[in-house]
Amino acid sequence: MIEIVAERFNYAVIIILMMVGLYAVIATGNLIKRLVGLSIFQTSVFLLYISIAKVFGGVPPIFDYKELVGYKIDPEVVYSNPLPHVLILTAIVVGVATLAVGLALVVRIREAYGAIEDHAIAEADYAFELEKGF
Amino acid sequence: MTVGQWLPTALAAHAPVLLVAVPLILSTPAAILRTGRAGWAIALSGALLALLCAVELFLATRADGAVISYALGGWPPPFGIEFRVDGLNAALLLLLTGAAVLALIFARPSVENEINADKRSLFYSAFLVSLSGLAGVAITGDAFNLFVFLEISSIPTYALIAMGANRDRRALTSAFNYLVMGAIGATFFVIGVGFLYMATGTLNMADLARLLVDMDGDRVVRMGFAFILVGLGLKAALFPLHLWLPGAYAYAPSFVTVFLATTATKVAFYVIIRFSFDVFAIDSGFVVNALTYVVTPLAIAGMIVASAQALFQTDVRRLLAYSSVAQAGYMMLGLGMGSQAGVSAGVLHLINHALMKGVLFMALGAFAISYGVRRIENCKGLGMMMPMTASAFTLGALSLIGVPFTVGFISKFYLIQAALAQGWIFAVAAILISSVLAVFYCYRILVNLWVTPIPEGRRDLAQPTPYLILVPLVGLALANLVFGVHAAPLVDIAETAAAAAINAGTGS
Amino acid sequence: MTPHVVLRVVSKLLIPLIIVYGFYIHFHGEYSPGGGFQAGVVLASSIILYALIHGLDAARKAFPPYAARVGMALGAFIFAAVGFVTLIFGGDFFEYTVLHPDVSHGAGQHIGIIAVEIGVLMTVTCVMIAIFYAFSGRSPEIPDGDW
Repeated sequence: MIEIVAERFNYAVIIILMMVGLYAVIATGNLIKRLVGLSIFQTSVFLLYISIAKVFGGVPPIFDYKELVGYKIDPEVVYSNPLPHVLILTAIVVGVATLAVGLALVVRIREAYGAIEDHAIAEADYAFELEKGF
Repeated sequence: MTVGQWLPTALAAHAPVLLVAVPLILSTPAAILRTGRAGWAIALSGALLALLCAVELFLATRADGAVISYALGGWPPPFGIEFRVDGLNAALLLLLTGAAVLALIFARPSVENEINADKRSLFYSAFLVSLSGLAGVAITGDAFNLFVFLEISSIPTYALIAMGANRDRRALTSAFNYLVMGAIGATFFVIGVGFLYMATGTLNMADLARLLVDMDGDRVVRMGFAFILVGLGLKAALFPLHLWLPGAYAYAPSFVTVFLATTATKVAFYVIIRFSFDVFAIDSGFVVNALTYVVTPLAIAGMIVASAQALFQTDVRRLLAYSSVAQAGYMMLGLGMGSQAGVSAGVLHLINHALMKGVLFMALGAFAISYGVRRIENCKGLGMMMPMTASAFTLGALSLIGVPFTVGFISKFYLIQAALAQGWIFAVAAILISSVLAVFYCYRILVNLWVTPIPEGRRDLAQPTPYLILVPLVGLALANLVFGVHAAPLVDIAETAAAAAINAGTGS
Repeated sequence: MTPHVVLRVVSKLLIPLIIVYGFYIHFHGEYSPGGGFQAGVVLASSIILYALIHGLDAARKAFPPYAARVGMALGAFIFAAVGFVTLIFGGDFFEYTVLHPDVSHGAGQHIGIIAVEIGVLMTVTCVMIAIFYAFSGRSPEIPDGDW
C-alpha cells in the first residue's frame, strides 16, 4: 500500500493541490481568494506536466554542432523529454495573463461596488434592481 | 483545386496561417492608434482579409475528403505544429469570419454609442486578438496549441465583456465569473490533453487519432476524454456549466454579445465535435457511452430547463442568453446521437443558430442605440417606431421558434429526422416541448413589440436606425429566410462537415 | 523621500546592474537558459524598483505610460512580422532557415530567434510595467498618512 503511494508520490501531491485550488475557487466568497485558488489549481497542472517529463537517469537532449554533423543517437544514453517544459512555459504565461486580467477586474469591481465579497456584491445588485422597480 | 483559387497562388498556399496571423498583426497598430475610426477600419480590413482566406480554404476543401495541412515553421507534423483544414472546420471558419465581418459593420454605430472615445481603438485591438484566437482554435491540428489559442481568444473576451461597465456595473462581475469558469474549463482541457500525452506521447490530433484506435480500454485515455469533455463543456456553456453565459451576454456591449453569440461558443462546440468524433474514434465504447448516457440527458435537460428559465426573464438580452443555452442543447443532442445524421443536424443547427442569434442581438443593439431599451416592457410599440429593425427581430424570433420557411425549422426538421432514425422518441418530444416554450418566450417580446401601443412621449424621441446597422441586420434576416426556403447549400455544408468529422476518425 | 538615503543610493547602484543583467539574460538566452521572457521581467523589475523608491511620478517621467503601451504593441508586431518576413523569403510561416543561405550552421535559425526574442523582450517588459502602473496608479482609498 505504502509502496503504491510512494511510487506515485507526484500524483498524490498534484491531486491534493488540485483539490485545494478547486475548493478555494468554489468555497470562498472573496474574489481575490478565488483567484488565488485558481492559481493553485493551474499550478497543480503545471506540476503534472513537469513530473511526467522526468525520465530517471535522463540527460538534457542538447547536442553540439560538431556532434550534429555525424548525427547519431547513442542508444545507451537516456534523454529527458523537454517538450512538456516548453508547453508549461506557455501555460504559465497564459496563467499569468489570466491572473492579471482577473485582478484588474477585481480592482474595477472594488471601485464600482466598494466590496470584493460575493454576498455584498449580490446584495448591492439586488438593492439596485429593487430601486429600478422590479 | 483550381475552381477555388480566389487568392493568388503565393497567398493561397499560406491561407491557413494568414487567417490567424493577419488579425493578430493588425491588432498591434489598432492598439497604438488612438482614434476609434482608425481602429474600426483596421479591424474591418483584418476581418475581411480573414474572410477571404476562409473562403479560399472553404472552396479548396469542398471535394470529398480534401484536407489542407500547413506545417508551421517548416517543421513537419507530428513533430511541429500543424494547421489542418477539412470540411468540418472550413465551414466553421467561414461562419466565424463572416460573422466577424457582419458584426464589425454593426460595430461602428454601436461602439460609438457604448464605449468611451479613448478606449475604442483598444477595444477593436482586443477584438482582433480574440478573432485571431478563435480562428486559431478552429484551424489548429495540435491539441496543446488549441489550448493556447483558446486562452488567446478568451482573455480579450473577458476584457471586452467588462467594457459594458459604462452602462451597468454588473458587466464587471459577469466578466469575472466568466474568467474564473473559463480558466477552470481551459485548465480541465489541459489536464485532459496531458493524460492523452502521457498515454500516447503525441499532441498532434491526427496522430492522436491514429494511436488512440488501439487504446480503447486504457483508463488514462478515458480520464483524458472526461476532462476534455468537461473543460470544453464549460467553454461551450453546456447546460449545467452555463452559469457564466447569461450574465456575460446580458451586460456586455451589444457588439460583443453579437460576436460572442455567433462565434465563441460555436468554436468550443466544434472542438467537442473534433475530439469526440475525430480524435477519439466514435466506435470506441466509452465515447458512445459518454455521449448517450451523459451528454444526451444533459442536452435534453438544458433544452427544457433553460427554455423555462428564459420565460421568467425581464431583460431581453438575458432572455435570449438563456435561449442560447437551450439551443446549445439541440446541438449537443445531435452530437449525443453519435450518428452521422445526428452530427450533421448538430452542425446545421450550429450554423443556423448563429444566423438567428446574430439577427436577434443586432436588432436589440439597434433598439439600445435608439432608445436605450433593455427590458421587455420597454419594447412597447417599437414595431411602429422602427419597423425595419423590428421586422428583422421578428423574423429572427420566428426562426428561433422553428416556424416553417425559416432556418430554425430546417435544423429542427433534420434533428427530428435523425432522432427518429435512432428510434429516440423522447428526443423528439423534448424538441417539441422546448419549441413550445420558445413560442411562449418569443411571444412575450413580440406582443410588446407590435401589439401594445406606443407609450406617451416616446414618439418624440424617434431616431432612425443607422445604415451601418440596417445593412448587416437585414442581410442576416434575409439569410434566415432564404436558407429556410432553399436549404440545400447549408445542408450540404453540414453533411460534408459531418462526413469529415466521422470519416477522419475511422478512415485514416 | 529624504529619509531613504541608503535606499536611494543603493538603488542607483543596482538599477544599471539589473538592466545589464537583463540584457545578458536576453542575448545569452540563445545558448543557455534565458531569453525574452525572463529578460523582460528582469528589465521591468528595474523600473519597478525605481518606482518603489523614487515614487510613481518619477518613474512615469523616466518611462512614460504611453511608451509602455506603444512598446507592447510594437513587440507583438515585431514577433508577428518575423513570420511575415519568412513568408516573403519564400518559406513557411516562422520557417527561419530561409532567412540566411548558410543552412549548415543554422544561421537563419539564429537570426529568426533573436528577432523574435527582441519582440518578446519589448512586449514582456512593457506589459509588466503597464500592469504595475495600472495597479499602483489607482488612488488609494485610505491616504498614506492615515495608517
